Amino acid sequence: MGIIKASKLVHEYIRRDEEGNVESIQTAIDHVDIDVKAGDFIAVLGHNGSGKSTLAKHINALLEPSEGTLWVDGKDTKDPKNTYEIRRAAGMVFQNPDNQIIATVVEEDVGFGPENMGVPCEEIWTRVEESLKSVGMLKYRSHSPNKLSGGQKQRVAIAGVMAMEPKCIVLDEPTAMLDPNGRKEVLRAVHELNRKKGVTVILITHYMEEVVDADYVYVMDKGQVVMQGTPRSIFSQVEKLKEHRLDVPQITLLAHELKKSGLAIADGILTREELLEALEKLYHRKG
Amino acid sequence: MLRDITIGQYYPAKSVIHQLDPRVKLMATLIYIISLFSFQGIVGFLLVTAFLILIIRLSKVPFSYMVKGLRAIVILMLITALFNLFLTPGEDVLLQIWKLTITMEGVKNAVFMMVRLVYLIVGTSVMTLTTTPNQLTDGLEKSLMPLRKIHVPVHAIAMMMSIALRFIPILIEETDIIMKAQMARGADFENGNLIKRAKSMVPLLVPLFISAFRRADDLAMAMEARCYVGGEGRTRMKPLSYDKRDYTAYLVLVMFLVLVILARIIL
Repeated sequence: MGIIKASKLVHEYIRRDEEGNVESIQTAIDHVDIDVKAGDFIAVLGHNGSGKSTLAKHINALLEPSEGTLWVDGKDTKDPKNTYEIRRAAGMVFQNPDNQIIATVVEEDVGFGPENMGVPCEEIWTRVEESLKSVGMLKYRSHSPNKLSGGQKQRVAIAGVMAMEPKCIVLDEPTAMLDPNGRKEVLRAVHELNRKKGVTVILITHYMEEVVDADYVYVMDKGQVVMQGTPRSIFSQVEKLKEHRLDVPQITLLAHELKKSGLAIADGILTREELLEALEKLYHRKG
Repeated sequence: MLRDITIGQYYPAKSVIHQLDPRVKLMATLIYIISLFSFQGIVGFLLVTAFLILIIRLSKVPFSYMVKGLRAIVILMLITALFNLFLTPGEDVLLQIWKLTITMEGVKNAVFMMVRLVYLIVGTSVMTLTTTPNQLTDGLEKSLMPLRKIHVPVHAIAMMMSIALRFIPILIEETDIIMKAQMARGADFENGNLIKRAKSMVPLLVPLFISAFRRADDLAMAMEARCYVGGEGRTRMKPLSYDKRDYTAYLVLVMFLVLVILARIIL
């Protein structure tokens, strides 16, 4: 069993009227099975309302399954006794950078998690320093978060989670409110954490470009996992992705269109370099 | 325009007063206020003045910063002075116009009342100018700890205060954005009488409140995700601890209070 495993996970949002009668039931997650290996970089792709954020909240035990089971680090999220341990094992970064920073000074915010966990004072300081360094924000340690850019704030939020030394970190659309530069900054920081510290990353997003470097991809639509595999195998199925209202990266789309119009290019091209190589090969072959 | 508002107008400097533990400064403010309203006669007045001048000198904050706070209470000061001046009964009648009399006691009271109010504002502003909002909430939390015995949620109150401080600039910025958005649709916030202007605040306040609640919801979730379960079992990154100078400060404070009380009793 991997670090995160879901078996037939179901989540229903139940809306009740004033007397407590059920008004409507909306199934946000519908019998989802996932299995994440420790140390992997996982991406969860999906359109708005596909249930991907609900899934993220389950991994942090912020929501409880309606049916099925979810194990995080071997612990069942349904048992309230495990909640605290699960939150220590799986950190979470949210979409809006402003609404998750608690303190008025960067370093104090990063120290908030360890403070809650009862870490001794000297160790908090070393953890704060290390995690700020790992996201490249050490020189802003005594700044006010209000003066930082969106990307910087989001990196502070990631540092705040890292200071709790989790085994796995869930990022729920961390770049949705950022400009292109901020997005790049945040993604670089996340990839670095995954590579250097071996933290398992679960990146939830609807930007295709962010998925390209992942180890494994789950595609969700209407609460179900509709596709899964390596980025290459996912993006080679352009038509199927479109069915689920998802775009493919521009380069992949271009390669796909070229192939459709008769050029002999492989499926699932992800980067500019790969396309260039494929085209060069084709050109040389033709002489 | 809204962005100019500063709360807890901290003045950064490296002085003895800045380095004192916030608990000492809170205590000092309390003792200072007590002495301010209990001194009587010229000796007591001189004592308090000497203390205030000493503190201001030590704090290295320019005097003009402290005077700024006085502008807000000019009207209050005038009203108290006038009431004291005309409505204090006494034997030494200096002047009588119709039913209003000015007595010697009245003049004395009015002058002392003015002095007390001015000293109050200047003295307490030394504290806010030399203490960061964070230190202030930390100090407040620690000093109020005994109240937990009677089930006052001290930690929760301090946490709320610091979160409020964090979100003031964000909400101000948001107000600015909503205001501009409503103005772009023809809303008018500046013209009309008081009632009309109050009414025009509705389309500003409703979206602001909704967004504040949404933020609160998000923040609560983010705090929970970071293992926040209240004050129990928490450690501090920057714990407060008394230093030698803090004990000295306490000693000076007690001596000051005793002197003021003695001056009142003996003289």
